[in-house]
Amino acid sequence: MSAVTAAPAPARPAAKPLPPISYKAPIAYVVIAVLALIGFGLLPASGRRTGFTVSTSTDFFQIDRFDVPSKTTAIVLTLIALALGALTFWYARNRRKVGLWLPAVYAVVLVFALLVWAVAGKNQPLPLTSLLQGSLFLAVPLVFGSLAGMLCERSGIINIAIEGQLLAGAFLAAVVGTLTQSAYLGLIAAPIAGALVSALLVAFAVKYVVDQIIVGVVLNVLVVGITSYLFSTVLKVNASTLNTPPRLPTLPIPVLSEIPVLGPVLFRQTALVYLMYVVVIALQILVFRSKWGLRLRAVGEHPKAADTVGIKVNRTRIRNTLLGGAVAGLGGAFFTVANGLAFGKEMTGGKGYIALAAMILGRWSPKGALAAALLFGFADNLQVVLGIIGTPIPSQLMLMTPYVVTIFAVAGLVGKVRAPAAEGIAYVK
Amino acid sequence: MNAAPDVPAKDAQDERLEPRLQGALREMLTSNWLVTVAALLLALIVSGVLIAAADEDVHTTASYLFARPTDFLSAVWNSVWHAYVALFQGAIVDPTASTFAKAVRPLTETMTWSVPLILAGLGLAVGFRAGLFNIGAQGQIILGAVFGGYIGFAFGLPPVLHLLLAIIAAALGGAIWAGIAGFLKARTGANEVIVTIMLNNIAVYLVAYLLTTTAFKREGSNNPQSPPIDSTAIYPRLLGDDFRLHAGFLLAIVATVFVWWLMDRSTLGFQFRAVGANPSAARTAGININRIYLLVMITSGALAGLAGSAQVLGTEKVLTAGVAASFGFDAITVALLGRSKPLGTFLAGLLFGALRAGGFAMQSRTGTPIDIVLVVQSLVVLFIAAPPLVRAVFRLPSPGRRQQISPTPAPVTKEAAA
Repeated sequence: MSAVTAAPAPARPAAKPLPPISYKAPIAYVVIAVLALIGFGLLPASGRRTGFTVSTSTDFFQIDRFDVPSKTTAIVLTLIALALGALTFWYARNRRKVGLWLPAVYAVVLVFALLVWAVAGKNQPLPLTSLLQGSLFLAVPLVFGSLAGMLCERSGIINIAIEGQLLAGAFLAAVVGTLTQSAYLGLIAAPIAGALVSALLVAFAVKYVVDQIIVGVVLNVLVVGITSYLFSTVLKVNASTLNTPPRLPTLPIPVLSEIPVLGPVLFRQTALVYLMYVVVIALQILVFRSKWGLRLRAVGEHPKAADTVGIKVNRTRIRNTLLGGAVAGLGGAFFTVANGLAFGKEMTGGKGYIALAAMILGRWSPKGALAAALLFGFADNLQVVLGIIGTPIPSQLMLMTPYVVTIFAVAGLVGKVRAPAAEGIAYVK
Repeated sequence: MNAAPDVPAKDAQDERLEPRLQGALREMLTSNWLVTVAALLLALIVSGVLIAAADEDVHTTASYLFARPTDFLSAVWNSVWHAYVALFQGAIVDPTASTFAKAVRPLTETMTWSVPLILAGLGLAVGFRAGLFNIGAQGQIILGAVFGGYIGFAFGLPPVLHLLLAIIAAALGGAIWAGIAGFLKARTGANEVIVTIMLNNIAVYLVAYLLTTTAFKREGSNNPQSPPIDSTAIYPRLLGDDFRLHAGFLLAIVATVFVWWLMDRSTLGFQFRAVGANPSAARTAGININRIYLLVMITSGALAGLAGSAQVLGTEKVLTAGVAASFGFDAITVALLGRSKPLGTFLAGLLFGALRAGGFAMQSRTGTPIDIVLVVQSLVVLFIAAPPLVRAVFRLPSPGRRQQISPTPAPVTKEAAA
């Protein structure tokens, strides 16, 4: 090691020329920041103020509402974004990698600029805490869904059936929760339903070597069909005995939930959300730091090599796909027992597909999936909150943003994403 | 599928020594269409279990099952039989109807429902055979309906020209929407599955947004819907005003023939299939695969856009947010069932159109919810994709057993995907 560092320049095999510097990403950063500067900062009329509230009424520490001058704040925020954009030029010129903090700070600053502009001049302040609380809330099924997708795809099975697994989980959670009058039993039943859908997925994908995307798409239709059919024939008629699930109670964690802003957001939640923290952290460690995780990834990247060293490829795939289905089913419980809502036809509304996108955006890692799911949850909730306050942006265009962001991300603005090498390819000895 | 036509031919050569009748029987039992029929039968049986399970007579008779099992069995038979009879009568022909027109109306309804399914299914089939999994028919149908509908209600043009322009605009709308995915696939390698899913969602919100703007919103209406399409831009009805069947069905036939010609007879179609079979080999052979990706998606989207025109200019005659219904997703199963072949897709579209038309009749007559149709559809596709399962259930001989050429069903399933 020291020999290499001692004589760096001549020893390095410099035959391979460096790739040309790409300024695509820096240009995009700067252009978006300039547009934001013009749109949020320079064009709007001056003299308006934007209000924010931080505390909820039940907080131990109360923080008063604070107002900021809209125009100046928006200009300052977008200038920060512009400076970050300029910094990426410097990074690119020196061929240095941009850390993850830069796009994160850039996005936060721009989102704040958007908020300041959108709420400018309104009497009602923007409730920051409930905005974040709602984002986390809406992100729950997406987090579980994308973790499920990650588990399956890391083992080499493409799981398009996340939507079906969520829906099946929601259905069984509602029915079991109502029958037993226990939200927790409903929560336990949900993963079983998800795993059942996964069982069909592996049966066709591994045993009959059917294309995995086809099975996934078709399973989604099948689950929609079966749950809607049972809903129309059985649940609707016996709504009181079969489809009025109790609600999971909110469990505030004693001291932590009194922290301003973070407390109510993170620690005044249901058992499902605490479970989500545990699952994300556990998977992040297990997938990348444990024997099980190594085998999981080996099977998904190079099944033949894994087989050669004695790992049972198909058994590993089957187990992890079942586990993934169970995780997604747990996310399905969000729709019914976590909210105390009755099951409805197609109530997951495409969240499974969004979870799939979150998984890809999060580059097949648990923490990435969490971040991407939170992004989608935030965009979703922002639209709700701004809808209440009243904003200049049409709600449909707000709803569109996460999907547009995903397309940009997948198309490579955020960085190249690479799927597990052997995903979608059946392993036949 | 490339392997499938060869296998029976080789079979026939090998079996010259066998008695001819036995050879013919064997060929029949191992053929693909028999698997298709068996898969359909199996799907109907499984769905029948669901129908029986939700029937009240079955519940009451099940309580004294061991005392009088025949009651239970007849209740099961009745519930399932009545549901499927109603399905048939709603889809093909209703012999109980008072007039001839009413008796054949179900068949025309089936044809009407099948038009968007066939057109969008053909589009997806082109993509599948070129190895592109386009899930975005939903969005492409919506964009086709938006473009075609806008030409249809916003411009006053002479009759034939107006309809023609509206159809072309619809195809263009779908082509642009799919072209985005094709362009990104070619330029950046972005996964077309994800991009088309995202474009579906964007299209849903886009049409919802457009219907709030002055250019698209009908004046004086509180509902988000466009002004009615001009009569000059509407597909003429084929069988008079009593039937909903419109000229879009003729378009579907033309499109089927066109796709057959494109994929099986043209150079471009050969390149499409080459890229689908093996992109690396296609590149080595001098095919510009990025150009092919873009062209495949444009063709695919244009066909889905035509499906949108069938809805907005033919069946609905107005642009609403729900103009695409679930045709885009059903079309995926149509294309898979049709094994991505033009004629197969056409027939699969007719079958699913029949299930849809019959499903409504079944729902109103026997109270069996139409959702069961989704179950039948998905099971059919699932079973067809796994021929060994169907063969095992019905104890059919498998085609490759004697030759041991392909012990796995990989060629068949790959074709369904590709």
